[in-house]
Amino acid sequence: MISKGILVLAEHDNHQLKRATANVVSAASQLPGEVVVLVVGMECEAVVEAVSHLSQVKRVLVCEAPSYAEGLAENIAVLVAEFGKAFSYVLAPATTYGKNILPRVAALLDVAQISEITRIIAEDTFVRPIYAGNALATIQSLDPIKVMTVRPAAFKAAPMVSSSAAPIQKLFFAADLKLSHFVTRKSSIAKGPELSSAHVVVAGGRGLQKGENFGLLEDIAQKLGGALGATRAAVDAGFVPNDYQIGQTGKIVAPDLYIAIGISGAIQHLAGMKDSKVIVAINKDPDAPIFQVANYGMVGDLFQILPELSQELAIRIDKT
Amino acid sequence: MKCLVPIKRVIDFNVKVHVKADGSGIDTENVKMSVNPFDEIALEEAVRLKEKGIASEVVAVSVGSNMVSETLRVALARGADRAILVEHVRELESINIAKILKAIVQKEMPVLVIMGKQAIDDDCNQTGQMLAALLGWAQGTYISKLTVHSKDKKVEIEREVDNGLEVLTLALPAVITVDLRLNEPRYISLPNIVRAKNKPLNIVTVQQLGLELKEHTKLLKVEPPVMRRDCIKIKSVKELVDKLIDDKII
Repeated sequence: MISKGILVLAEHDNHQLKRATANVVSAASQLPGEVVVLVVGMECEAVVEAVSHLSQVKRVLVCEAPSYAEGLAENIAVLVAEFGKAFSYVLAPATTYGKNILPRVAALLDVAQISEITRIIAEDTFVRPIYAGNALATIQSLDPIKVMTVRPAAFKAAPMVSSSAAPIQKLFFAADLKLSHFVTRKSSIAKGPELSSAHVVVAGGRGLQKGENFGLLEDIAQKLGGALGATRAAVDAGFVPNDYQIGQTGKIVAPDLYIAIGISGAIQHLAGMKDSKVIVAINKDPDAPIFQVANYGMVGDLFQILPELSQELAIRIDKT
Repeated sequence: MKCLVPIKRVIDFNVKVHVKADGSGIDTENVKMSVNPFDEIALEEAVRLKEKGIASEVVAVSVGSNMVSETLRVALARGADRAILVEHVRELESINIAKILKAIVQKEMPVLVIMGKQAIDDDCNQTGQMLAALLGWAQGTYISKLTVHSKDKKVEIEREVDNGLEVLTLALPAVITVDLRLNEPRYISLPNIVRAKNKPLNIVTVQQLGLELKEHTKLLKVEPPVMRRDCIKIKSVKELVDKLIDDKII
């Protein structure tokens, strides 16, 4: 196969490039051909600038129109399919942004989409988790254009290089299907780093008993410069908003340190965090399945352990 | 307003899955099968729309072997008015399922297709978006709230996205895919199970729909992941912090 290159759809909010894009660029650089990033939005100069400095990026395509401002899948998919058909690969991050748009692109191109790849074996062969990560499937694509979402946590982010910038090319193609309309966005205000790209994640489950107790976790997360996460059970119980959810149907994370507090370790939750580098589990039940995937386990009452841990970190982190 | 609800038969979410020793797939022999949990939520939403007088009819559709008719009977017991089974033996990619559903939509002419955002077996999260693309319809994915404005021919949806919630309006007809927090499906009552036996379940084949389906991917291998770690039991908070500092993690 002679590669016609890789088109990566950048994720952003018109102001800031989402870090996951850098992970996808890194996956793209393992494939044969030139890495080209497509930025679709409205007044997104800062995003274009950031993309042009990503290592491995050879060209940046930019398409701006009011109909692309809010990330509506129907409009963006038409554009990505139109320009994507000149490439051998079309990639996007496996986030709610990428997963919303890319299947639509694949259907317009009459090809399959391969979801959430975690490894590239060959130019047409990829590994992806199935059954909430209880199995890994190796899949060979038979399509001329391979449309795939990439699990960001499975690939190291491509670094930024300030010394050089990839050339930028403007596209003029305003698709406006008028099928869906943006009304409003309700972002929950999370303190600290973004959950899916944080180096440290402190997550709580039903064991926290009530929402207010997440303050204990927040304190630890803050001391470690980490992000707060939660299980589906904690979200369903109303302890924290839905965007804190880690697991099969929530976010997938793989930080350097994952601290699981009051989390029993349902398979659906493990699916979202088991690739973390070091996992610490704190739980009162010594038989909780979370201990089977943890490097360090502490059996005990979290309401006793957390204040102690907070104190210890306050002393030790200043010293180190 | 007619609602179409696609249903997938999957290994029950409580079953611990086992990879076959020869690496050819997942063992499904003598394993409990159920309706994909997200599809149950989709069906519940459609049934509620009918109870409110918004939906006129709820049609469940599935693709698969004859065994799937058993799963469709469950959908009928959950409140679908009738069901369609598209018989097909080979495991199909989402794009092919979307093509089959498109053919069914063109026959049935629903105003709203409500489906699960993903199946818990292949975790693909594609079919709804693909169906919407093939039909040229609006799509609303990962929804946690649905309000139908029949007069204006539109729906308002709330979507669960990575950084919170997003509210959109969609022109009808539309495809929506549901997330976990849209509703809690009800329990099936015995009278409804009995009633389901007499509801219509039609079987069609892919050939009868006039479709030729291409093979897009090949499954080469399935293997179990490495998950287990040797857990070191820690006695004190000080010891834990020591370990993390020694590992250069903090």
